[in-house]
Amino acid sequence: MSSDARVVRVEGRGCVLRGDDIDTDRIIPARFLRCVTFDEVGAHAFEDDRLQAKGNHPLDDPRFAGARLLLVGRNFGCGSSREHAPQALWRFGFQAFVGESFAEIFFGNCVALGLPCVTLPRAELTRLMESVELDPRQELVLDLAKGTLASKLGAQAVAMPDGARRQLVEGAWDATAVLLAAGDAIEATAARLPYVGGYTA
Amino acid sequence: MPRSLLDKVWDAHTVRELPGGQTQLFIGLHLIHEVTSPQAFAALREARLGVRFPKRTFATVDHIIPTDSQRRPLGDPLAEEMLQHLERNCAEHGIAFFGPGSGRQGIVHVIGPELGLTQPGLTIACGDSHTSTHGAFGAVAFGIGTSQVRDVLATQCLALARPKVRRIEVTGKLAPGVYAKDVILTIIRRLGVKGGIGYAYEYAGPVVDAMTLEERMTVCNMSIEGGARCGYVNPDETTFAYLQGREYAPAGAAFERAVAWWRAIASDPGAAYADRVEIEGHALAPTVTYGITPGQAVAVDERVPFPADLPAEERAGVEEALGFMELRPGEPIAGVKIDVAFIGSCTNGRISDLREAARVAQLGRVAPGVRTFVVPGSQEVQRQAEAEGLPEIFRAAGFDWREPGCSMCLAMNPDKLRGRELCASTSNRNFKGRQGSPTGRTLLMSPAMVAAAAIRGHVVDVREVLG
Repeated sequence: MSSDARVVRVEGRGCVLRGDDIDTDRIIPARFLRCVTFDEVGAHAFEDDRLQAKGNHPLDDPRFAGARLLLVGRNFGCGSSREHAPQALWRFGFQAFVGESFAEIFFGNCVALGLPCVTLPRAELTRLMESVELDPRQELVLDLAKGTLASKLGAQAVAMPDGARRQLVEGAWDATAVLLAAGDAIEATAARLPYVGGYTA
Repeated sequence: MPRSLLDKVWDAHTVRELPGGQTQLFIGLHLIHEVTSPQAFAALREARLGVRFPKRTFATVDHIIPTDSQRRPLGDPLAEEMLQHLERNCAEHGIAFFGPGSGRQGIVHVIGPELGLTQPGLTIACGDSHTSTHGAFGAVAFGIGTSQVRDVLATQCLALARPKVRRIEVTGKLAPGVYAKDVILTIIRRLGVKGGIGYAYEYAGPVVDAMTLEERMTVCNMSIEGGARCGYVNPDETTFAYLQGREYAPAGAAFERAVAWWRAIASDPGAAYADRVEIEGHALAPTVTYGITPGQAVAVDERVPFPADLPAEERAGVEEALGFMELRPGEPIAGVKIDVAFIGSCTNGRISDLREAARVAQLGRVAPGVRTFVVPGSQEVQRQAEAEGLPEIFRAAGFDWREPGCSMCLAMNPDKLRGRELCASTSNRNFKGRQGSPTGRTLLMSPAMVAAAAIRGHVVDVREVLG
């Protein structure tokens, strides 16, 4: 794995998307899943929410234009396993997610794309959201090696499960190479499972 | 030391431990469909990799398939393109594909079990969050994204952290008119839509023991709506009886050896759990969602809540939900008018679901102005229903009997809500826009409750209709 796969720091402005339990159907509605590549999904991130908000959606707010960190609430990305969701947000321009908690499949999909999802306790997250809403131009610096998020509030400790954090920091988030490295141990494991041989022995 | 099924299956499938606490886990069964696999095959091609265990992957087409006619080419050129990609990818890599002409096509979580592919003790992955369904057999089954589909194709493995196990015991007995759907909606209501993050749910207790495999599938299917990536029931005689004679299940002496292994893989008495929850089965009632997450639910004889009565952290979400749903706080959920009734999906599109819905449907006629969709979960379910005369019962009552697929559960095919329509649905998600109209609304309930709502034109306690 080349060293440029390492994801240690994400720097940039923040975009505040309030609300809990935001599901992947809202992030990318199912009709945009009728495709065989991810190329076009970025244009449709949160499309239906944005249409209904008539320009008042955070993704259309000029103050947040060009933001790289998306600040979200609790259980973000719940529901469908569609990787189109993080693909859409990444292609829209986000490179990291900061929230109170993330749904597991969404989290795993993000790691597989090299996108960190870090968490803050609710009270601290609320303070950060308020700060970014008051001063959207401030730079945020997410440092995965230190486990901190720097903003005008100073450095806050952010959490991420260690396995996933290491995958990003060490540039090993493209799991295929890691899994292939097990070599014949894969076949050896299969051979020990009674069903793989059709329960013949 | 006594161990849970999850720990036994996890240990048996561990290829190696990875740094940072993850496990490289062998995947016993990989199921794929047209939506989340094309990009995975493209990535495989780009990396010049083949499929490591092509005989352990099976494919079908379900999300985009129309339910009026499966004739090729499909009416939607994008859908046709996706289906052609899947056909080509399967042919190129030697993967079995159950397409429209096979007689075995259907929703991936319906056909896996009915073909006998889904078996106890397996690790099962599919690029679909409702893969948790297969846990009903005592498998460790979970949804994955497209990058992970690529990983399974290339290596038959995934890198995952071992979940904790929460044992959920449903005690006593369900009253008539109360179904597996009501059990899982109540569990999610109680534990919340994120309560299961980091957990596998082990469903147990007398109510679960007494359930058929199809009912257990309904429960396990919606584990993901409670935040748990997988949910399972320990295998027992009901499981073994279901599997015997199925196309891909072991036969003869191999079946006996399989049963011995399946028994051994079940959780040991005295296994330790990270958490335990008890739900009183006799206290459950038909349950209906009123909001925009599956946890926002009430019993059919309850009222939509007043946000002020709820814990502070739920208030904003419920206010948003009531605004979107156009429901008033304190309004009884019974009596809410519906525009559409959908019976189907991987949650409730199996033969027993259609039988229960038909039992109610034959007591009346679809109310004027209500559109209906009855969508069997697979071609096998369709055949079985036809053999039992269910389509005639539905048609006589004014219901629209369709071809198998995912249909209006997520509306990737032409079956969609229009505008603000409100749908009584047997599916698993009431998210904003889920059923194809960005402003469409969904109430989740059991198949019998949906059939009852269809003939009355509004939400009604099915026990009242059954008399």
